[in-house]
Amino acid sequence: MASVTVYGTPLSPAVSRVLACLFEKDVDFKLAPVDMAKGQHKSPDFLKLQPFGQVPAFQDELTTVFESRAICKYICNKYPEKGNQTLMGGRDGGLLAQTSVDQWLEAEGQSFNPPSSALVFQLAFAPMFGFKQDPAAIEQNEAKLANVLDVYDRRLGESKFLAGDDFTLADLAHLPNGHILVSKNEDLFMSRKNVGRWWVEISARPAWKKVVEMQNAPLG
Amino acid sequence: MGGVIVYGSPISTCTARVLLCLEEVGAEYQLVPINMPIGEHKSPPHLARNPFGQIPALEDGDLVLFESRAISKYVLRKYKESGTDLLKEGNLAESAMVEVWLEAESQQYNPAISPIVYQSLVVPKMRGGAPDQAIIDSSLEKFKKVLEVYEARLSKSKYLAGDFFSLADLSHFPYTRYLMVTPYASVFESYPHVKAWWEDITSRPAFKKVSAGMLGS
Repeated sequence: MASVTVYGTPLSPAVSRVLACLFEKDVDFKLAPVDMAKGQHKSPDFLKLQPFGQVPAFQDELTTVFESRAICKYICNKYPEKGNQTLMGGRDGGLLAQTSVDQWLEAEGQSFNPPSSALVFQLAFAPMFGFKQDPAAIEQNEAKLANVLDVYDRRLGESKFLAGDDFTLADLAHLPNGHILVSKNEDLFMSRKNVGRWWVEISARPAWKKVVEMQNAPLG
Repeated sequence: MGGVIVYGSPISTCTARVLLCLEEVGAEYQLVPINMPIGEHKSPPHLARNPFGQIPALEDGDLVLFESRAISKYVLRKYKESGTDLLKEGNLAESAMVEVWLEAESQQYNPAISPIVYQSLVVPKMRGGAPDQAIIDSSLEKFKKVLEVYEARLSKSKYLAGDFFSLADLSHFPYTRYLMVTPYASVFESYPHVKAWWEDITSRPAFKKVSAGMLGS
């Protein structure tokens, strides 16, 4: 019986980030839907779990955690012996390995996430929910993201994964937005040799494929 | 000469975040200024330290790091023998809360406050331009919603992660410090627990020292 509950829809990038981590770590969980169309994420009960009224929320027995990257770290710290052992820098990596993961996870959160999230909204969610696209926003954010991916391309020419030789949370954090962006315009990633190589590798991981299956599953 | 080298500027918010950690743990360090107005942050020597061409970067022997929140964690872990424990990594529940509120700073607080600071302080003082009031106004609305959440949280616990001061609280200092020298500082008057928290954390010696090197002190 799973002690872990994730609240939200697998279609949410932040929720899918947590699901990817749970699958990597082989930690059983229950997915509890949150009806955002009906405003369930702003209900008093939900706000007790996630005070900003966003998904995901996460509960493990009596512990509640929010913010997807913090949830991923919690999962790794709570279940160190399960599943993937290198997500936070490896068993014997020590301070240096852990710091490298922190550094590239921050790069994702601070540099990759803002323009990629803006593009995901414009290219995927706006059409889906009937909002008008903003061509200027698309252009500006594509340019910002291109600069970030140029840095990544140089890094990934020297290092197999962002933080080093192993796949870590730093790479995993990119899967949700990357997946949507590549489906809309694969050129952004695939025109860069090292980024392309890295993307093919990380998106082929069985844990991520399970998340995509959940995203593609028919509703109800 | 021992200790670490920080490449950055005392007036930079992200450099200040790292300096605060170094001061809190009492580490020996040297601040090497990077001249942003002449583009030194985009010069090859600095790009070798921080490939995004930003400040700060930290050098500790052969180790070079970027991203102030990652550097902060490195400093706090390296100097944990100093007795200052701002990460609580020995306690799963406490460290989880530190990470939660650090992420809240990154993903909720910072995106709301930084355009206000940028438009009302950086644009006029450092770019010689006029503030975009529409950006300030819409950011203020977002920021107030964030402060409502913080007010509720700080009504239940003395600091963000619990009843202990942590990196989560520290990380909020630099941009808030700058908001306090703009007319928008008054927004805190409506959030008494947030205001009390701010007064508490800014009474720390490390904060006073780093604040003195920032603008408008």
